[in-house]
Amino acid sequence: MKDPIIQIRDLTAKYEEKTVLSEISADIPANEITVIIGSSGCGKTTLIKNIFRLYQPYSGSVKIFGQEITTMDEPEYEAILKRTGMLFQNGALLNSVDIFTNIAIPLEQHTKLPAQLIEKLIKVKLNLVNLAEAIYLSPAELSGGMRKRAALARAIALDPEILICDEPSAGLDPLTSNSLDELIMNLKNILDMSIIIVTHELASIHRVADNVIFLDDGKLLFSGTLEQAVRSNIPELKIFFSAGKF
Amino acid sequence: MIRYSDQTLFLEVDLLKENIPGLILELEKFAASTINSVDLQQVSNIDSAGVVFLDEIFLNFNQPELINASEKILNAISKFSSLNLPLQKRSPQENIFIQVGDFFVEWKKSFIWGLYLTADILYWSVVGFFKPRGMKKEAVITQSLLIGVDAVGIIGLLSLILGLIIALQSAAQLRQFGANIYIADLIAISMVREMGPMMTAIIVAGRSGSSIASEIATMKVTEELDALRMMALDPIRYIVVPKFHAITLCMPLLVMLSIFVGIGGGLIIALTYLDLSAISYINQVFSILTFKDIFIGLMKSVVFAWVIVIISSYYGFRVKGGAEGVGKVTTLSVVASIFWVIVLDAINSILFYF
Ligand SMILES: Nc1ncnc2c1ncn2[C@@H]1O[C@H](COP(=O)(O)OP(=O)(O)OP(=O)(O)O)[C@@H](O)[C@H]1O
Ligand SMILES: [Mg+2]
Repeated sequence: MKDPIIQIRDLTAKYEEKTVLSEISADIPANEITVIIGSSGCGKTTLIKNIFRLYQPYSGSVKIFGQEITTMDEPEYEAILKRTGMLFQNGALLNSVDIFTNIAIPLEQHTKLPAQLIEKLIKVKLNLVNLAEAIYLSPAELSGGMRKRAALARAIALDPEILICDEPSAGLDPLTSNSLDELIMNLKNILDMSIIIVTHELASIHRVADNVIFLDDGKLLFSGTLEQAVRSNIPELKIFFSAGKF
Repeated sequence: MIRYSDQTLFLEVDLLKENIPGLILELEKFAASTINSVDLQQVSNIDSAGVVFLDEIFLNFNQPELINASEKILNAISKFSSLNLPLQKRSPQENIFIQVGDFFVEWKKSFIWGLYLTADILYWSVVGFFKPRGMKKEAVITQSLLIGVDAVGIIGLLSLILGLIIALQSAAQLRQFGANIYIADLIAISMVREMGPMMTAIIVAGRSGSSIASEIATMKVTEELDALRMMALDPIRYIVVPKFHAITLCMPLLVMLSIFVGIGGGLIIALTYLDLSAISYINQVFSILTFKDIFIGLMKSVVFAWVIVIISSYYGFRVKGGAEGVGKVTTLSVVASIFWVIVLDAINSILFYF
């Protein structure tokens, strides 16, 4: 097996006194799509935020690109973040500026590209997520689904090597969600990205997943390939995969 | 609505939200009776409030049996019943010693965190001055417009009024002694040493401190700060440092404006009420002001500016909860800024003029 792009060992996460994740260990393979599944509130968002040190993990180790992220210093950390894009669960667009500026920020801050190239890039990315018409609107003027897509465009602004999507298709109609899946698969192939997707949608999992990480109440119940997951005997996982088969 | 016979309670009304209060009142009449069964024959509609009402009867009257309930009613009961819910305890109130202990631990954490934040802001403000990477483009200019230019009107107006008031209040006394000309000394010294810097700081704390705190707090609760972090941008460098630079630039200018206009307010009184000439008033102002006074007044205003930015961002970053938390920290930040501005001003007076 290839080296994993992210290696998580014994990761424990707390919000103040409350333990939300306990001793998670998992590998996320490079250039594949890994989905994180589990019931609402089980800690999926917390896991991805702790992997990228948006919250300092309580204990444990996380290696990204082979480097330990939990203890690295600021410049190294920022270097890793520049190679990573994240789509937050509620988009997290900057509300004080328009969509154009939202996507322009990473490009202006981390590249020396001339303005007209940046503008073209922004249009290309927005076109990819089918949102060309919203370029000069402010986030408040968009629908929930449009905000998600704008945030995805921002996440892929720098052509990251790792893309994390927290419930990309929640709140989208099946058609759009379908085309979003296709977009993500396409991006993966074009850019050689490694992708982590948090999702609840069985159809989407079957369509895109190479690997599955299954969380239940802050514990890791399963981590492996999609085939292994589908054939697994773990009761919770069985329930999850049979839920969509009526 | 309720009939009682033979140790059976006959409920003869639909168990809906609007009927429940009346039923509870009527039920009190039977508080002492034994109830072995509750007849639901006449009940054709029930909602969730009705079901928990039945639960109450069940618990208060020695667990009577429900009889003659229709399929629909039974169905509703099985859906809404509160009897088999797991008990969720609220976390118990800890005793006073633990609370006091927690308070100090929390306080120490906040204090240390505040020191780190201060160090961070100061460090990046100095570094950012020479190497503006990772900062919002043109942000210093926009922020200067917001913090400085937009405040010119209100600060000018209030300083003028302040100058007028101080002059008018003291003019009567001075005139009694024929010491009219000293109105200039009084206004110049009080505006330069105290009133100018202090009043400007209080207005800036109210206008810009609150907006800094609420902007950062809002960005935190909407995860915008996390999003910035994932774009490899440091919120302190990206948001706070431009404001720090802008306020450092604007504050002394605003204070100079305030002093200037305040002295002008004094001049109006001097001309109209004390029969002084403009020339002698202005000459007197220049002769009394020392370089030390002006220098200390402006330096102090810069320190006030920093205090306002640091305290406002401190509260902004510490926000907890949603929209409500934002309002709370905004208020706290203004109160704390004004408090510390006044305390520092007092310390400054003691150090330099005691
Ligand atoms: N900021 C916070 N402070 C305290 N507790 C939190 C915070 N954020 C989340 N939690 C708690 O952590 C647990 C996991 O939350 P998390 O957001 O990771 O769930 P999730 O798996 O992403 O759920 P969903 O599918 O609904 O998004 C929840 O029990 C929640 O109550
Ligand atoms: Mg989540």
